[in-house]
Amino acid sequence: MSQFGAFQTFLPEIVLAVGAMVLLMYGSYGGERVLAQIQGVAIGLLLVAAIFIAVIPNGSFRGSFVVDDFARFLKILAFVGSAVAIVMSLDYLVKERQQKFEYPILILLSSVGMGMMISATDLIALYLGLELMSLSLYVVAASNRDSVRSTEAGLKYFVLGALSSGMLLYGCSLIYGFTGTVSFAGIAAASKQGGIGLIFGLVFLFAGLCFKVSAVPFHMWTPDVYEGAPTPITAFFAAAPKIAAIALFMRVAVGAFHEIVLQWQQIIVFVAIASMALGAFAAIGQRNIKRLMAYSSIGHMGFALVGLAPGTATGVQGVLIYIAIYLAMTLGTFAVILAMRRNGEMVEEIQDLAGLARSNPPLALFLAVLLFSLAGIPPLAGFFAKFYVFLAAIEGGLYTLAVIGVLASVVGAYYYLLIVKVMYFDEPVQGFQPMPVELKAVLGITGLFNLLFFIYPAPLLEAASAAAKSLF
Amino acid sequence: MASWPILSVTTFLPLVGALFILVLRGDDETAKRNARWVAFWTTLVTFAVSLVLAWHFDVALPEFQFVEKHDWLGGYGTYHMGVDGISLPFVILTTALMPLCIVASWLTIERNVKEYMVAFLVLETLMIGTFSALDLVLFYLFFEGGLIPMFLIIGIWGGPRRVYASFKFFLYTLLGSVLMLLAIMAMYWQAKTTDISVLLHHSFPREMQSWLWLAFLASFAVKLPMWPVHTWLPDAHVEAPTAGSVILAAILLKMGGYGFLRFSLPMFPFASHDFAPLMFALSVVAIVYTSLVALMQEDMKKLIAYSSVAHMGFVTMGIFAATAQGVAGGIFQMVSHGIVSGALFLCVGVVYDRMHTREIAAYGGLVNRMPAYAAVFMVFTLANVGLPGTSGFIGEFLTLLGTFRINTAVATIATLGVILSACYALWLYRKVIFGVLEKPSLAAITDLDYREVAIFVPLVALTILFGIYPKPVLDVSAASVTALIENYQQSLGAAKSAALMK
Repeated sequence: MSQFGAFQTFLPEIVLAVGAMVLLMYGSYGGERVLAQIQGVAIGLLLVAAIFIAVIPNGSFRGSFVVDDFARFLKILAFVGSAVAIVMSLDYLVKERQQKFEYPILILLSSVGMGMMISATDLIALYLGLELMSLSLYVVAASNRDSVRSTEAGLKYFVLGALSSGMLLYGCSLIYGFTGTVSFAGIAAASKQGGIGLIFGLVFLFAGLCFKVSAVPFHMWTPDVYEGAPTPITAFFAAAPKIAAIALFMRVAVGAFHEIVLQWQQIIVFVAIASMALGAFAAIGQRNIKRLMAYSSIGHMGFALVGLAPGTATGVQGVLIYIAIYLAMTLGTFAVILAMRRNGEMVEEIQDLAGLARSNPPLALFLAVLLFSLAGIPPLAGFFAKFYVFLAAIEGGLYTLAVIGVLASVVGAYYYLLIVKVMYFDEPVQGFQPMPVELKAVLGITGLFNLLFFIYPAPLLEAASAAAKSLF
Repeated sequence: MASWPILSVTTFLPLVGALFILVLRGDDETAKRNARWVAFWTTLVTFAVSLVLAWHFDVALPEFQFVEKHDWLGGYGTYHMGVDGISLPFVILTTALMPLCIVASWLTIERNVKEYMVAFLVLETLMIGTFSALDLVLFYLFFEGGLIPMFLIIGIWGGPRRVYASFKFFLYTLLGSVLMLLAIMAMYWQAKTTDISVLLHHSFPREMQSWLWLAFLASFAVKLPMWPVHTWLPDAHVEAPTAGSVILAAILLKMGGYGFLRFSLPMFPFASHDFAPLMFALSVVAIVYTSLVALMQEDMKKLIAYSSVAHMGFVTMGIFAATAQGVAGGIFQMVSHGIVSGALFLCVGVVYDRMHTREIAAYGGLVNRMPAYAAVFMVFTLANVGLPGTSGFIGEFLTLLGTFRINTAVATIATLGVILSACYALWLYRKVIFGVLEKPSLAAITDLDYREVAIFVPLVALTILFGIYPKPVLDVSAASVTALIENYQQSLGAAKSAALMK
């Protein structure tokens, strides 16, 4: 491959990285005044990166960084998710007087990390991407320096994240030690012989990855960070980084370790069951809607991992469909949470939504659609997300996992219904302030996507199918 | 056959009406009136279209008719619709009852009229879709999707304990259905298709059939409902608004029976055969036990709800007898019960709208002030009892006849249930209608108005017509039922002769 061809493979990341650096210079001279411009350019850069990744040809940079259909699918999701997270912060930062120009730049940098993670095909690239993303996230979680909750969230995330990075790195070193290679292809070839040392490394590596997708038992940071971080940041956390982490999970599990599926399958089955159950039961008692969304995301990661467990192309396709629909559901729901503003203050209690159906019928209708979709009720998109992962689990003969999974989804439906109940059956309290237009747009698009997905699901299904095939 | 997709039109026409109502602006009286009229005309036109469907339906053919097929889920499911003699009666039942439900809600629903009408129209689409889907995934989509509008109907426009009732309804039904979803997936991987018309002739391994059958049972037993998973029904009925109760009793319950006929019996013949004693036992318990429970009720709606469970017991008994009479009787019983129980809930609605109580003790001697109402109520009470000359008799008689040949004991005990149903139904009628009108609150009660008469006339006519001349319903289903039974006996017979050869 020519030098230019190699350069092409990471063109989107270069656009983002260079753009972030230029914006950083511009911001440090311009200060708060230029925030709006920086936000605009950052959104533009992310969209440009998403377009680039869609058009550049397949390729690999010396076996450690690839562009294939899998990377293309997930990078588009991750970049669009990041861009939407910036869009959703526009109004918030102004109203909360948090006009810090670093905010969109940090999101850009973490997106570079995500791109790196999604394309990584060796352990070094994996770790570089992961750390670049995580470090940006730690800072951005604590971005509201004057709030105890926000700084606490950032610190907690950092300490636990560093611990998990340590475990992951230890796992990588073990794997390297026992296989003599860092490239996934090499590990795959070496893992044919198996060996206890390799599995040891695998377990540590998976522990680190579970932390990033906030799967049980490495989920403890999630509720505190979700609740403590400023709401648009929470929305960002719930969306794009999860996509990158689950992408990495799939690449490692299916790409590097597909020879020892039966070894890691038990781990994934356990993690999936524990996450689904905890996500379903622990969310029931929550009053704060951000905490509730934290448990909901733990549960959803459990469902996504159900698709990974069989280690088949059908399963990977299921996870890809799941994660795409999850992105739409989560961003839409957070658009509503960001609109929960009363007398100039953000409110976060579920009870604050009481009677929304009468004070603001369209908002209530869209949130109801999203909630039913999160619960996985047909004909909404969330049903299809669950359908494909369970289809894969049944194909793989993982009946126990599937049965526990669907039962957990019924328990999970309970707390989503509780919110619908609060909105539709309870007496109204004071309405919310008018919703900024960009949040309306996000909510409208995601709501309609969830509602109408069933009419023409083919494009997403085909893209996910092509992406899944490129891993095998 | 019509060149345009008439079945899809029937299915999605209500959705168009719902969209139309959604875009109506304003929340004043005019908007409410418009919403009511739009809903009424939509359901009426849908009914008319479904009659065209019935007109073009060829009763001599056992195959699916008006078939439409399009790509949908990329290999895992297709948009495949069609009706046969088993599903057509339910489609017509749905479209026929909807206009009546809209009229019944005309004055009683005063707030959120637009939303109410939208919920009903969406529900209608999902119900028709359930009965005409010929793909498992599509079926599940319609089947489960119905939960959302019904949840809202009970929860928003229901009685004092509506929250409890709506949650119970939703979660109970969902819990049963998710197991069926897994069974659907397992069937897909076994047969590599979700096409119902293909699966009807696919023979699943015997061991697998039992599991699949049980998973489907989990869903349909809750939906029907069968004893002992019927407890959501009385709560849901009591709290739902009148029209909601009507739809629930007349159509949503039938989805369970339809499911047994469409999936359990033809697709899993061995399991159906092996589990038939279990089904007989549950049916008999339902018939006798819930009839006794009905005797003890103080709330009119609850009494009718329990009687529904008992009547559904006849349906399951007839279906799993797997004889031509039993299955035909099961279908007829469902259609008849759809009309009669729906009408009974409307009867309760009439007095509830006037007195705002459903306590049986609060009424008495209504015949003095409401002669027309007493007459209407009597027709449906007698149909509920199963008096010859009403539609209720035909269904019960055929199911008992079909079962008698298979299992005499079961049929005998079930016949006792008929006596019990006479006890509670006539007791209710006596308490509410007969006697002296003593209660001062009832002194000013008025008889049926024109709107109510308009609702009841077609129902009374159908109840009596089908009682004397059941041929239309039986003829429509006959060819499909015969094919179903032949297929079933063939599968069992093939296995038996294979066993003898060993």
